[in-house]
Amino acid sequence: MRDLTQEILELIRFTSTNLPEDVEKALREAYAREEPGSAAHGALETILANVEMTRRNSTPICQDTGTPIFFVCYPEGWSPRRLREQIKEAVALATRKNYLRPNAVDSLSGKNTGDNLGDQHFPVIHFEECDGEELTIELMLKGGGCENVGRQYSLPDNTIKAGRDLEGVRRAALDAVWQAQGEGCAPGFLGISIGGDRGTSYIASKEALLRRVDDANPNPELADLEERITREANQLGIGPMGFGGKATVLGTKITTTHRLPASFFVTVSYMCWAYRRRKMTVRGEQVTYE
Amino acid sequence: MAIRLTIPISDDSIRSLKVGQSVLLSGIMLTGRDAAHKWIVDTFIKKTRPPQGDDLEVFQAIQPLLNGGIIYHCGPVVAGLDTGHYRFVAAGPTTSIREEPYQGDVMRLFNLKGVIGKGGMGEQTLRACQEVPAVYFHAIGGAASLIAQTVQRVLGVYKLEFGVPEAMWVIEVKDFPAVVTMDAQGNSLHEKVRQESNAILENLLA
Repeated sequence: MRDLTQEILELIRFTSTNLPEDVEKALREAYAREEPGSAAHGALETILANVEMTRRNSTPICQDTGTPIFFVCYPEGWSPRRLREQIKEAVALATRKNYLRPNAVDSLSGKNTGDNLGDQHFPVIHFEECDGEELTIELMLKGGGCENVGRQYSLPDNTIKAGRDLEGVRRAALDAVWQAQGEGCAPGFLGISIGGDRGTSYIASKEALLRRVDDANPNPELADLEERITREANQLGIGPMGFGGKATVLGTKITTTHRLPASFFVTVSYMCWAYRRRKMTVRGEQVTYE
Repeated sequence: MAIRLTIPISDDSIRSLKVGQSVLLSGIMLTGRDAAHKWIVDTFIKKTRPPQGDDLEVFQAIQPLLNGGIIYHCGPVVAGLDTGHYRFVAAGPTTSIREEPYQGDVMRLFNLKGVIGKGGMGEQTLRACQEVPAVYFHAIGGAASLIAQTVQRVLGVYKLEFGVPEAMWVIEVKDFPAVVTMDAQGNSLHEKVRQESNAILENLLA
């Protein structure tokens, strides 16, 4: 089996330092909508200058390089155990090269391991054996500020009058955005999962964030809801950094998973504007990044 | 136009600042976040744990730096860890609200003139801002490499055993950009936005 450590290191560098084009485009459009001279306008101007600088200098967009979350799709014959070793090696190398901040902290002693390697859950790696010949690794770097404002609702939830339907999902999503205010580094992006158990619902809500900002949900009902949640979240006027303004949420992605008859979870993962997710594809000898 | 301020900052300068004003900060400041705030409060304010190791030495070293000074809520990416020739690579603000249980007391203890962070803080900190006086400076979250460029020098580090993000880094900055979002007159942009957005939310959920 081929050793991909250096290629995975490049995936980490690319993800940490180079904001995806679709995210940057959404930020530029938001910048154009804000009032010139406002704090919101100034915040987005600084954000966009930083995005350009980090791409040029190959330095982290945000100092909180977050939890590295890998989604690996491997063809038959590859060893997930060896891929895990290579990913871990690449993560430690990326930390030494300052593409990642040392972020793995022992929850009891408070000790930082210094190389981003914690227990079997840090870094996070999801493996799936897939059809075909291609191996893909998607990486998401999700910072603590936005992870802390994620929320899970168990419907019905009478405090927000949310029942077990799409109207309940809308209510939960808007409540989550309001609760977050500027703390998740608005303008943000929402990954929403309906259903699952508590654990799978959180995972699915993050997988939803692997979608492109400008794509449309194939389910027309969910596509409408995504559009409505984004529009109404922006009416809240929380704005970039919570300074007040028009851009609060720049995209909503909804997914569903089967649930127990007794459970109806709505999980909202909030992604900060520094929406770092990249993908590498291995086809034979060729490795490409997007 | 941004107002230029040099650390240490006088009480008069602090009292003249108003919510919404842009500032450029220059001088020496300390980073400090969750572990540092808990350490200060537990060891020197509530005294629920006795000073250990170099605690007293560190306290005496940071005291003059913080008198009239600033704590920056930041866990940086730092180069030069192996050589000791430290350089900030990425250094944006972290979410400040986690320090809400500690911040007011820490401001009073050191006569801090401000803290820099993101997301704003709560009532207890706002009250301390009026008393001390002090203000809350909001930096742009995520603009980490841009902000790191304003760090001219890393003068030293305390409590590196807390880990790189949690250690107290002594840095000299020039024209560090921030916006005043909580002032010494009791005004908070965060409280204003929270209330206004709550009224809109209630309509949307009516």
